[in-house]
Amino acid sequence: MANLKKLLAGAMALCMAGAMFASCGNTEEGGSDSKSNTTNNAGTNDNKGGEDGGNGGEDGGNGGDAAGDLKEDKLPNVPQNVEGSEASKKVLKIYTWNDEFKSRLRDFYPEYDKEASGYDGEKVGEHEYLKDGTEIVWVTTPNADNAYQNKLDEDLKAQADSDDKIDMFLVEADYALKYVNGPYVKPVADLGLTDADLADQYQYTKDIVTDSNGVLEGVSWQATPGLFAYRRDIAKEVLGTDDPTEVQAQLSDWDKFNEVAKKMKDAGYFMLSGYDDAYRTFSNNVSHAWVNNKMQIVVDDNLMKWVDQTKEYSDKGYNNGTSLWDDQWNADQSSAGKVFGFFYSTWGINFTLAGNAGDDLQGQYAVCEGPQAYYWGGTWMCAADGTDNPETVADIMKALTCNKDIMLDITKKTQDYTNNKSAMEELAKDFSSDFLGGQNHIALFTKAAPNIDASKAGPYDQGLNESFQAAFKDYFLGSVDKDTALQNFYKAAQEKYPELTVAE
Amino acid sequence: MKHKSISYAKWGYIFIIPFFVAFILFNLIPLVSTFYNSLFENYLGRGGLVQVGPNFIGLDNFKTMFAPETELGKYFGNTFILWILGFIPQIFFSLLFASWFTDLRMKLKTGAYKVIFYLPNVIMAAAMGMLFYTMFAQNGPINSIYMSITGKDSPYMFFDNVWSQRSVIAIINFLMWYGNTTIMLMAAINGVDPSLYESAQIDGATPSQTFWKITLPLIRPILLYVLITSLIGGLQMYDVPQIITKNGEQVQRTSMTVVMYLQKHLYSKNYGMAGALSVILFVVAAVLSLVVFYVTTEREPKKKVKKGGIK
Repeated sequence: MANLKKLLAGAMALCMAGAMFASCGNTEEGGSDSKSNTTNNAGTNDNKGGEDGGNGGEDGGNGGDAAGDLKEDKLPNVPQNVEGSEASKKVLKIYTWNDEFKSRLRDFYPEYDKEASGYDGEKVGEHEYLKDGTEIVWVTTPNADNAYQNKLDEDLKAQADSDDKIDMFLVEADYALKYVNGPYVKPVADLGLTDADLADQYQYTKDIVTDSNGVLEGVSWQATPGLFAYRRDIAKEVLGTDDPTEVQAQLSDWDKFNEVAKKMKDAGYFMLSGYDDAYRTFSNNVSHAWVNNKMQIVVDDNLMKWVDQTKEYSDKGYNNGTSLWDDQWNADQSSAGKVFGFFYSTWGINFTLAGNAGDDLQGQYAVCEGPQAYYWGGTWMCAADGTDNPETVADIMKALTCNKDIMLDITKKTQDYTNNKSAMEELAKDFSSDFLGGQNHIALFTKAAPNIDASKAGPYDQGLNESFQAAFKDYFLGSVDKDTALQNFYKAAQEKYPELTVAE
Repeated sequence: MKHKSISYAKWGYIFIIPFFVAFILFNLIPLVSTFYNSLFENYLGRGGLVQVGPNFIGLDNFKTMFAPETELGKYFGNTFILWILGFIPQIFFSLLFASWFTDLRMKLKTGAYKVIFYLPNVIMAAAMGMLFYTMFAQNGPINSIYMSITGKDSPYMFFDNVWSQRSVIAIINFLMWYGNTTIMLMAAINGVDPSLYESAQIDGATPSQTFWKITLPLIRPILLYVLITSLIGGLQMYDVPQIITKNGEQVQRTSMTVVMYLQKHLYSKNYGMAGALSVILFVVAAVLSLVVFYVTTEREPKKKVKKGGIK
């Protein structure tokens, strides 16, 4: 019996120790899990745009709708109780979720001290500095599962009473409004950026980050119109041509798109890779926002069209059954893939697709407008209220989002589509992308960008988009019917956002 | 003077103080505050910017939890299924290996095996999850093998079907824990008096007879202990299914465990609902523990009664 007791005690101690490690494992796992989702640029980088005019973004109810879209009031900024310490003044603290902005700053911000930071275009030293000696500190948290926002919320809340100030943070279109109308952001005008500085930016990139009082709270260096990128070799084989204009003529509306999908299937290819590929083209063309002014979730008819189309594609084998950012989804974009095309916006083509395509497919992709105009993603810089480096933040914003020369440079070197109308129009005249086989895709973007309308964006979009796609995957797989999937979505959405209800 | 006996008892109390301090700080206080929190409406609104509550709402959180549309039973069911799928092979192989390794006639050098068997448990559960996720993925090695053997041109979607998904989770849990259980059972079997085996052999008992008639009854307390720790550990299953099922949403939430469901409520820091679910989980774990406690302590007197009856 004594032996047994010892053994029990020992085993229990082991279990306790085990439990401790187990809990360490959990947090660690959250990290690795999300990492897999966000290695490719903006994992859940999305947005919803709309058709109805309201370009101002803050116009009230929508025509005849019983309940208009949710328009939240701007919360007053919290007073800063503590000033930044001397140490904090020498540090530029920036919150982000991936490396995209980091590389923009390193490569194109003239005040970035490449030598002191040990930056050679790829590798970077342990500490990074600006030329005036200010150290740059990156606080990087993966985007998935709300991790980035949770971290940001917590630290911004502590900002007022902390002497270690956050200077700048980045937001995505899907939740930009949450911070824009929140109490922690410093208006762009307060930093010294004038309307004249911002005149060349696309209107929608300003609308998304304009608060309910009409004040601009952030700026972006990119505009993100979306296109349909397709494989030239498959187009030639199945459609008989790889010329973007002729391919576009065969894909110009959804009926034609479906016909091509059937041809692809017959030829042994997939039209799209996964279930969510076409999601943005539908969710950007909705007639009302996700949440109405009664705090009810409203599923737009256009989203249900996406559901019906994707169901048809899944049943008929037009897609490869992947999900966005999966390994297989990435692999489908390489030469081993059998997928005709991908819906991608600007960053997706130069950053994700070019990376996934590999050397074999250089020059083997081309882009066309596709059946419907849309946009996807985008990153905005916001100055944190209470920043103790406002001049530096303003200078970075000016350099990267208002300086035409720098923006031209960004587009030429990275093929990113920058947020400067005149620069892009100039470039569109004779641009040639090696990756796209010499095609001038900037010209297509220039046509699409002015039409982007972000008035249907809302603060809850990220969570709701993710839940919607997850819930309907079961329907596409055939394990539930449509109505059950919808109920599952409502349930998951309300778990995420307890304040929301479901519209009857 | 009265130096007749020196009491060392106080040292015993002093030595256990650290445990109680740690217990109160890290277990008891959070436990009580969980109960307290479960009675309030308390979450972050507007995507995490605005604090809502805490407003006292009595037992409303529990009412929502037990409402039929919450399907709380489903998550408990999932948890149980995932646990039992892993536990059955785990206990089978553990018993098998433990009896082989302790069998004197086989004369196995077991040191290396013990280490190898235990190794999967050393790897972080999340890492195991990631590994298996990649292995069973649409373009993973298992599917390459599957396609080359069967000659099919489309892969089998392990994570898109209820039972294949659950099986993968069960395999991981089994691989992670059978070594641990084997070592515990070996210790238990080694504690059995060898003379019992010897005399049984002299009487002509077969190995299977000695196993069923001697080993198994005598290691019953440890088996019971393994069962209950595994059950409570299984109740808190989180990392592996979380990774395999991508936050549990996959296939109608059929592999979403209770703790994964709990995590869903932490998206908006909904401490009220999460607290209520934690309390329910606590009650279930407590009941399970009490059952075992009752069973193990009642065993002795019952036996005596039985013996008396036989006489």
